Amino acid sequence: MASRPRRHIAVFLAPAILVYTAVMIWPLFNTLRLSLYTTGDAGRVFAGLANFRTLLGDPRWSGAFWNALGNNLWFFLIHMAVQNPIGIGLAAILSHPRLRFAALYRSAIFVPTILSFVIVGFAWKLILSPIWGIAPGMLDAVGLKSLFAPWLGKEDYALTTLALISVWQFVGIPMMLIYAALLSIPEEILEAGEIEGLTGWSAFRKIKLPLILPSIGIISILTFVGNFNAFDLIYAAQGALAGPDFSTDILGTFLYRTFFGFQLQLGDPHMGAAIATAMFAIILAGVCVYLFLIQTRMRRYQF
Amino acid sequence: MSRARSNTLNTVAAHAALLAWTAIALFPVFVILVNSFKTRRAIFAEPLALPSEASFSMVGYRTVMQQGDFLLYFQNSLIVTVGALAFILLFGAMAAFALSEYRFRGNTLMGLYLALGIMIPIRIGTVAILDLMVQAGLVNTLLALILVYTAQGLPLAVFILSEFMRQVSNDLKNAGRIDGMSEYAIFFRLVLPLVRPAMATVAVFNMIPIWNDLWFPLILAPGEATKTLTLGSQVFIGQFVTDWNAVLSALSLAILPALVLYVLFSRQLIRGITAGAVK
Repeated sequence: MASRPRRHIAVFLAPAILVYTAVMIWPLFNTLRLSLYTTGDAGRVFAGLANFRTLLGDPRWSGAFWNALGNNLWFFLIHMAVQNPIGIGLAAILSHPRLRFAALYRSAIFVPTILSFVIVGFAWKLILSPIWGIAPGMLDAVGLKSLFAPWLGKEDYALTTLALISVWQFVGIPMMLIYAALLSIPEEILEAGEIEGLTGWSAFRKIKLPLILPSIGIISILTFVGNFNAFDLIYAAQGALAGPDFSTDILGTFLYRTFFGFQLQLGDPHMGAAIATAMFAIILAGVCVYLFLIQTRMRRYQF
Repeated sequence: MSRARSNTLNTVAAHAALLAWTAIALFPVFVILVNSFKTRRAIFAEPLALPSEASFSMVGYRTVMQQGDFLLYFQNSLIVTVGALAFILLFGAMAAFALSEYRFRGNTLMGLYLALGIMIPIRIGTVAILDLMVQAGLVNTLLALILVYTAQGLPLAVFILSEFMRQVSNDLKNAGRIDGMSEYAIFFRLVLPLVRPAMATVAVFNMIPIWNDLWFPLILAPGEATKTLTLGSQVFIGQFVTDWNAVLSALSLAILPALVLYVLFSRQLIRGITAGAVK
């Protein structure tokens, strides 16, 4: 075999490696490199860590950065606390063996996930709008009209509202992944539990939950990466300024504004690169925590 | 007896919970679609009612058709999505075949190198991607988007496809070799047809994020001639915020292709997810 000409291996690999390297990996490292430069009188000048000093030390920048990071963290926490438990709950109900219409429910609940952020953002903006009155009208019907507020327009509520809209959109993904994990649990194990008297909730907590923990780990890291890289929903619903008064600004919108500029401020690719580098570090840290701390400690069960 | 009753109760509770969430999931889509066919007055007077003879109106759709270039946007989205999918599948399958079929030095390293992109989002590199596209003269072309989405989709495609290609029987390939088939013929004529289900899964996984992306069209191809449907409807709706008929109709038109794609491919998608392709 070794004597066969092996040029075909290179031919098979070349297109994928070339496109991937040229359009993804090289720009990624180039972005990290650009964060060390700044625009001087004669074009690009090396500036060392000056951009990061500005980002973290200059009060005009650091306030916006910590605000975006804090908001992003809250955005992520809402997803972890609401999206994933609802997804697991729906999956647990759906995986019941004798449930009728399971496929129908599954398909319907997944519909929002396939819609674009633009549709989702505007649709909810219209529904929650005090002008149209769908949300206040429905609250009125159950006697809770006093609870209504223009949530997307209030600094205190806007970010949470958007996070919940995003939860509404993406709950289908944890549902599907957990559903798949639950289906792969062999019947014998559940029967053995039943003989020991474990049924219903206690069977879920003591048998199924430990077995789907690896899948919960996967949806957690997927949620983390997706959230710290989010942009579209906020941009579609609140615009690049992430109003009201930057209360819904997350790293993605902050990067976009910095890179492209807005209103009177000019875009700055080097500060943009610095923010992208910070996002890279955050996502990398999250992935490392997952790979080295969570995944290796999780026991895998082979059936 | 009590066991049977509690079972019925459980079933009712299960259906109630699922029905409740189904209603929440579909309600916004329903409201948008229904109201896009109503007069402005009916939209505000009875937002939850179905259009009646008196309240039926297509005025929103007429505005959209006159003002927006939705057919062009749709065509752009289609070219970008289909183009990127074709490259992802072809290049991804070729690389997956090389990695799963041949033992060569650097095989594992190459696999790890490609796997990097599964977890790191390509958006992080946007600043330099724009730089690159400016230098290559590809700004405001659909090719720029196709290239970016190809790079974005390749890592997962290679990962999934090589898992499947390992399962293709060696006897089959060796029989082909004895018959004097070239490695290329073995790949295209023997292996590719056998991994078609996996290719479909990869295609469906990539289709939705590419079709719905707003970030790269906004940055790399915001020109009027290259707007995708997602960006086009975003801009259009932004301009017509006060014309509710037009906004609702534009939203409905944007929902429609996604729903059609979903109905066509939902079985593939759900099978792909539940087969553990992303584990």
